[in-house]
Amino acid sequence: MSLLTALSAIGILAVLFGGILGYAAIRFKVDSDPLVDQIDEILPQTQCGQCGYPGCRPYAEAIAGGDAINKCPPGGEATIKKLADLMGVEAKPLDAAQTPAIKRVAYIREDECIGCTKCIQACPVDAIVGASKLMHTVLSDECTGCDLCVEPCPVDCIEMLPVPVTTDSWKWNLNTIQVRVLE
Amino acid sequence: METLFQKIQSGALWDFHGGIHPPTRKSQTSQKPIAVMPVPERLYIPLRQHTGVAGQLLVQEGQRVLKGQALTASDNAMTVPVHAATSGTVIAITEHTSAHPSSLPEPAIILEPDGLDEWRPREPMSLTTADNHAILERIQDSGIAGLGGAGFPTHLKIGKYQEIKYLIINAAECEPYITADDLLMQEEATTIVKGIDILCKLLNPQIVLIGLENDKPVASAAMKAACSQRQNYHIREVPVKYPSGGQKQLIKLLTGQEVPSGRRSTDIGIVMLNIGTVFAIAQAVLDDHPLISRVVTVTGDTLSQPQNVLALIGTPVSTLLSYCGFQPERRQRVIMGGPMMGFTLPDLSVPVVKITNCILAPTHKELPAAREETDCIRCSACADACPATLLPQQLLWYSKAQDTDKLKEYNLFDCIECGACAYVCPSEIPLVQYYRVAKADIREQQRDALKAEQTKARFDARNQRLEQEKQERLRRNQELAAARQKAQQDTGASNAVADALARIKARQQQTEPAGDQNREHIIAEREKQKQQARAYQQRKTVTGQQTAEAGTPATQSETAVPAENAQQAAIAAAIARAKAKKAQTKSAPTEDIAAETPAAAVTTANETTTDDPRKAAIAAAIARAKAKQAQQSTEAKEAPPAATVTTTNEAATDDPRKAAIAAAVARAKARKQTNSESS
Amino acid sequence: MSFKIASSPHNHNQKSTSQLMLLVAAACIPGILIQAVFFGYGVLVQLVLAVITAWFTEALILILREKRILPRLKDNSALVTAVLLAVSIPPYAPWWIIVLGTAFAIIIVKQLYGGLGNNPFNPAMAAYIMLLVSFPVQMTQWLPALPQQAAELTPADAACAVFTGYSCSGYSMTQLQSTPDGITMATPLDTLRMDLSAGLTASESLQKPIFNNISGHGWFWVNLAYLLGGLLLLQQKVISWRIPLAITGTLFILSLLSWLSSPDTNGSPLFHLFAGATMLGAFFIATDPVSASTTDKGRIYYGILIGILVYSIRKYGGYPDAFAFAVVLANMTVPLIDYYTKPRAYGHTSRRRKQ
Repeated sequence: MSLLTALSAIGILAVLFGGILGYAAIRFKVDSDPLVDQIDEILPQTQCGQCGYPGCRPYAEAIAGGDAINKCPPGGEATIKKLADLMGVEAKPLDAAQTPAIKRVAYIREDECIGCTKCIQACPVDAIVGASKLMHTVLSDECTGCDLCVEPCPVDCIEMLPVPVTTDSWKWNLNTIQVRVLE
Repeated sequence: METLFQKIQSGALWDFHGGIHPPTRKSQTSQKPIAVMPVPERLYIPLRQHTGVAGQLLVQEGQRVLKGQALTASDNAMTVPVHAATSGTVIAITEHTSAHPSSLPEPAIILEPDGLDEWRPREPMSLTTADNHAILERIQDSGIAGLGGAGFPTHLKIGKYQEIKYLIINAAECEPYITADDLLMQEEATTIVKGIDILCKLLNPQIVLIGLENDKPVASAAMKAACSQRQNYHIREVPVKYPSGGQKQLIKLLTGQEVPSGRRSTDIGIVMLNIGTVFAIAQAVLDDHPLISRVVTVTGDTLSQPQNVLALIGTPVSTLLSYCGFQPERRQRVIMGGPMMGFTLPDLSVPVVKITNCILAPTHKELPAAREETDCIRCSACADACPATLLPQQLLWYSKAQDTDKLKEYNLFDCIECGACAYVCPSEIPLVQYYRVAKADIREQQRDALKAEQTKARFDARNQRLEQEKQERLRRNQELAAARQKAQQDTGASNAVADALARIKARQQQTEPAGDQNREHIIAEREKQKQQARAYQQRKTVTGQQTAEAGTPATQSETAVPAENAQQAAIAAAIARAKAKKAQTKSAPTEDIAAETPAAAVTTANETTTDDPRKAAIAAAIARAKAKQAQQSTEAKEAPPAATVTTTNEAATDDPRKAAIAAAVARAKARKQTNSESS
Repeated sequence: MSFKIASSPHNHNQKSTSQLMLLVAAACIPGILIQAVFFGYGVLVQLVLAVITAWFTEALILILREKRILPRLKDNSALVTAVLLAVSIPPYAPWWIIVLGTAFAIIIVKQLYGGLGNNPFNPAMAAYIMLLVSFPVQMTQWLPALPQQAAELTPADAACAVFTGYSCSGYSMTQLQSTPDGITMATPLDTLRMDLSAGLTASESLQKPIFNNISGHGWFWVNLAYLLGGLLLLQQKVISWRIPLAITGTLFILSLLSWLSSPDTNGSPLFHLFAGATMLGAFFIATDPVSASTTDKGRIYYGILIGILVYSIRKYGGYPDAFAFAVVLANMTVPLIDYYTKPRAYGHTSRRRKQ
């Protein structure tokens, strides 16, 4: 008998607390998951889609939903590290399928451009200007190097060129200085 | 109680934390007069020699320029021009190894002096009549940017923005070896004082302090004599200690104040100029002599005559060194700047620029190369030496860990890269190098963050726009649909669903025969085009034989084209070659097509380049488009691409516009065919 | 002809880590000699054993860590650790004590934390504590100073004693530890504490033959010798004056205050300064750059902390001397001290004003 009382008492309590918890979950629900915002903040916002999602925010949502954190080539190791810190998971190396990040921008060989506007439509950040049947050009300052314009070009006149190092962006890599050898 | 100002006026000196006492080795050059070098064979004048952006180019290759003539424009505030250091001809405007630690090539004007040294007309100003604005403009137009090493445009520094209390002339020259400022003071003290007069007119400071280290008795005496008429000019001799010539350190030494982190000295009412800059200002204003030469200390034990040289801006270092009797060792280091902050040069064609104050060519015995870096023993000798009171050891730790936040917390950006920490480090850790890399990384991160922000904004704006367009389209469609429905109701159609079903059925019946028809049509078309292609091919070979004997199509195009079209033709041919290569690497089923395609492309190029370059380019592009499509439609068999290729050949010779249309038609057909085949 | 690319500065102060470490070791020589004179040649035997063990274990670990051996052996840091441990332990402690201790210092305390520069604790002192806690008997076998020694000990005797526990002439350690009149001797610090707890007054205790009129026989001279070596290091700018001054100053003030308040139950300030390992600890052990505080202000706090700990442990604790514990405890606080004593950088307002 006492066993029954104990069991029922525990059972009632369990139901009661379950109910409270359930109510709280609905009542105090946070609409937008702030985690997504935090992840989005970390992602490099190149909107390149190399992760397989259409833009950085969708990928942020996917990470929040449990996707791997190592699918962002433009962000590189630094982004993975930050994501790992945020998500409390192990930092993994960049997905082997992805190419490592060397900064590149698209370049349109203007003599060959036929003005089809396909690349303009592909560009996620409106960094290509031009009009139909007129040649297009890339605003290299705005280009994120996402690659998305290369494939649609029917005449293959877009190539990804590495951003040249200037004296302003040079990172003190003394070993790369070419020493000219005189006789 | 004395006020700070009274203390300063009465000659009080303060001290800054840390500092080191490396052997100064200045006596090798400080006793000899400044030598005037003969004009070198070539001058390499970089377009940008200051902090900021290069001005617009004003000269062309082949143009003759006069001494002192501006080569670039001072078209915005952050720009100062560069000038021809002597009269001569601009023989090239090209990339040349820069006088920067990276030695990356930067645009430079290569000037061949004509030996006449002919001046442009000069308009000396009189200090009594000229107004401040004109003087400032003259200073900018004369290309004056901080000669001490920073290269900050001087007119920006002395354009009066707020009340200036102290004008400090920096003649401390604390780096070992360097005596350029010392010699300038010894020989040109009166001109320098005139320069200070100009600055006083512009800035109206309460007091002028000329700071120099107490190991320059001759210069000090010369300056004192030259200043004897000026009540307000004070010579302050500071104890020898490196880096007392650093801007922040000298301000602390002479006024006891500190420039707040991340701010400029003008924010606390102090303007500091290097003594060489003051001299250049005097020359520019009073003689209309722009900044085309400067005193450079050329020193080191590999030179038989170490001395100070008045060198033209643009003089290659090799010329300077050989003038001073350079006998290099194996693995010689040639340092531009002093031993503490200078950088090594990878080759000697680097020119002297406005901020070059020293060329140092030491022997290995004199300045032994750094030994291997060993573990940090946390001895804190670096912290004791740091003139900015930082903790170099912690900075090293966080630099290695790339911990950006901690680096900022430990004030990495207050590091002046003076090298005192690395000098004292018993483990020979190149601390400064670590900090530079860390700084560059952080700057890049900041740039990237900014760019990411902008990119996101652009992306969002685009999405919004697309969404808006979509909504508009949807609305229009709905309106149209509504209108149709209304019209239908008006005609009294009873059952829309039955109607639709009927329509679908009808269409299904239609499409099947249509497909067959289509295919037959295509086959016929293809046959026709094949014939045309064959004819064209013949014509082409004839043309090819006419224009050149060489066997390969590529060489044909190269040799055949007229001179003015050579480039386009070359590009077209090159691309065609690239296509051919690509095609060869393609898989077996498409091989036949691919083989044919580049041939067509090449012929197109050949044919048209003789005609019109633009046409050629378009035709080439179209041919490429075809090629690409042909490669992509792996399902399709030989025929359709071949057809398109022939179309191209045909059309290209005719009219690019037509060609494009034909191509489009052919493409559409090909695609349809592929679709129907696969379905 | 090719040119060499290097990063600035191109000029270097040529005082290297290995020279600094060598200087520290060299500055110990006067102390070691005095120790040898007063307490027998055992210390030299211990020294040899310690140095050999240190080099051997350091090389072994470097091989395992796949690092280059020679540059790291040449930095002399293992030598310093070995010397400091060798002079800290009783001169006639059995050979395996020093071997075990040195190996522990090098392998566990230093290399396992990442080698030179990364160890949070002073290797010699951490090893000393390990030995003291594990082998209290062997680690308290101090001999009386020379005049009270029962038997004259030659260097050969010292070696025999260290390796076999008996001198060559057959005296056992217990016999050696006794004075000629057969009383087993403790160190002056121990003696004073035991006497005080036994109810004797300080002045009564100090009448015992183990003491001269300032501190212990021999101990006074040993401390003086280490003070000399320490001053040499200061003069050579190998160490900063802050830590030694803070330690000796704190110790002096604390002992002075308690001595003035109750001269019968406390040792005099001079007694504290010249007894035990005071000078060795203040100038050689606490100033180990790796495990000490690195900021100017931090070094003062660090020194004061050690001073307080030394005095407290000497007065209230149960160990022969307090330096090892004080130094290792202070080592633990170093990261905290360093964090809160960051100097005000040029152009910044101080932390307090910012808040």
